[in-house]
Amino acid sequence: MNPTATAWRAGWSRGLIELRQSFTNGADLFNHFFWPVVMLITLFFMRNASFGPFALATLALPSILGMNAAMAMASMSQHLTADREDGTLLRAKSTPNGMVGYLVGKTVYVAGGLVADLAILLVPGLFLVSGLVTGDLGSWVTLIWVLALGLVATLPLGAILGSVFVSVRSQGLLTLPILGMIAISGIFYPVTALPEWLQWLAQTFPIYWLGLGMRSALLPESAVAVEIGESWRHLETVAVLGAWAVLGLLLAPVVLRRMARRESGSRIAERREKALQRLG
Amino acid sequence: MSTGEVVLDVEGLRMRYGPVNVLHDVNFQARQGEVLCLLGPNGAGKTTTVEILEGFRMRSAGRVEVLGTDPAGADERWRARVGIVLQSWRDHGKWRVRELLEHLGRYYSAYSTETVERPWDADHLIAAVGLTPQAGHKIKTLSGGQRRRLDVAIGLVGRPELVFLDEPTAGLDPIARRGFHELIAGLADAGETTVLLTTHDLAEAEKLADRIMILDRGRIIADGTAAELARQIAGEDEVRWERDGQSFRQSAKDPTRFVFDLFKQYGEAIENLEVRRATLEDTYLTLVRQAETGGDTESEAR
Repeated sequence: MNPTATAWRAGWSRGLIELRQSFTNGADLFNHFFWPVVMLITLFFMRNASFGPFALATLALPSILGMNAAMAMASMSQHLTADREDGTLLRAKSTPNGMVGYLVGKTVYVAGGLVADLAILLVPGLFLVSGLVTGDLGSWVTLIWVLALGLVATLPLGAILGSVFVSVRSQGLLTLPILGMIAISGIFYPVTALPEWLQWLAQTFPIYWLGLGMRSALLPESAVAVEIGESWRHLETVAVLGAWAVLGLLLAPVVLRRMARRESGSRIAERREKALQRLG
Repeated sequence: MSTGEVVLDVEGLRMRYGPVNVLHDVNFQARQGEVLCLLGPNGAGKTTTVEILEGFRMRSAGRVEVLGTDPAGADERWRARVGIVLQSWRDHGKWRVRELLEHLGRYYSAYSTETVERPWDADHLIAAVGLTPQAGHKIKTLSGGQRRRLDVAIGLVGRPELVFLDEPTAGLDPIARRGFHELIAGLADAGETTVLLTTHDLAEAEKLADRIMILDRGRIIADGTAAELARQIAGEDEVRWERDGQSFRQSAKDPTRFVFDLFKQYGEAIENLEVRRATLEDTYLTLVRQAETGGDTESEAR
């Protein structure tokens, strides 16, 4: 078999092995369940609130799914930084085609973990929230293409962010802008309730479009009334997410290569020393 | 042990970080099957040299060929022929020993040739490094010595023609260190694989290496077998004696001549005469001391 194909296959199985690992130990299981459970509790307390004729929780559940999908970007970024810090990436680099395998594996791992996390939220959510359209095949088709396109848009961006941040600690800097983005992206409250300039800002980020796409999949047709232009805007969703995807896929290889080139044993040793000093 | 084919060829290698010269003019060769040890105090430039040879660092000047290829522009086919023993820290902690070795081995399967079948069988390799009882354990539960042996197994899994080990025994306890030495000696006995290892421990170099190169402040100041080095660079011997109840000590290049002259001058008044041969260790320690107290900024960089 040709070496690159071998590396893709090895990467695929690498992703599956790491997925299995993340569902068979306590700390990772906690991470898988923590946010979905927090979100479900939030939805539970939102159950009596409404926006116009719609229950707020009904609007919010698909939006939260979209938000979680966009958060795969942060998770990709954190994994990349952590793997660089502890030497996982250097191991990949010293293996023939190891970087290909590593990236394929990480993508499988993050995407697979996300699908599991979405299910953990959606399945109990369906019992908690009424008024979602789930009996229709079209809903699921929309959900799948929005999710797939969303991942193509956000995972390369996550890889770029992960290459830029030097240490796991500096990743903390990401938290604030991400929270800001969530706040203005119409996840917990319809975006049309915001001032117009914030609406425009929100529409430049993938998170708004993922939320919109998920709402278009799971909400009844009448719910379109609370959206901008009273339309699900699938064409615009494809355009904006597509633009982010192209940008990410063009930039990520360059940034990743640059980052990987600088990795060496002595860099890992430096980081190890720094980390040990922090502990001591 | 060597078959004569040159697998490492370094000529005029220089490395600068900003205004600091880390490597000045490094020249050496290694032939197939040799175990070559790059010995030197911390900051001598060992790690920099090895990382340039591994293809992980760009050099400032000079010619470098590793397995006939410049590592700076080498492809994945070259990568498959080179083994690197990294010092693991906490990577792949959730993976099990056999799982990780099998996984990393897969990448090499595409690079099998008619003469070299890649990779090594994981269980065979695990047995070779003495980790059979831990084969199913999670890597984060291994002890320091066990981890280092796993690092070696990972470095060897692709059945490399050339292996790099940078400070492989740093931080190991004496028992783990001894086990590690036996492992490398076993590898060297097979005679196929060329090994380049760095250390700042002379005893380790003497024990493992066919040939030792001493790197000091970016220059190779000695190159040869342990015995050759002792002859080549061993410093002055020391003569001690007593006369009229007083102790004397004197360094001498030719102690035999010096003692003869001493007796000619004082005859029977000389008591408790001792001649101490300078050892390679003395010379090396002198070197290290020079490097540490030299106040040279170059000794800071690695």
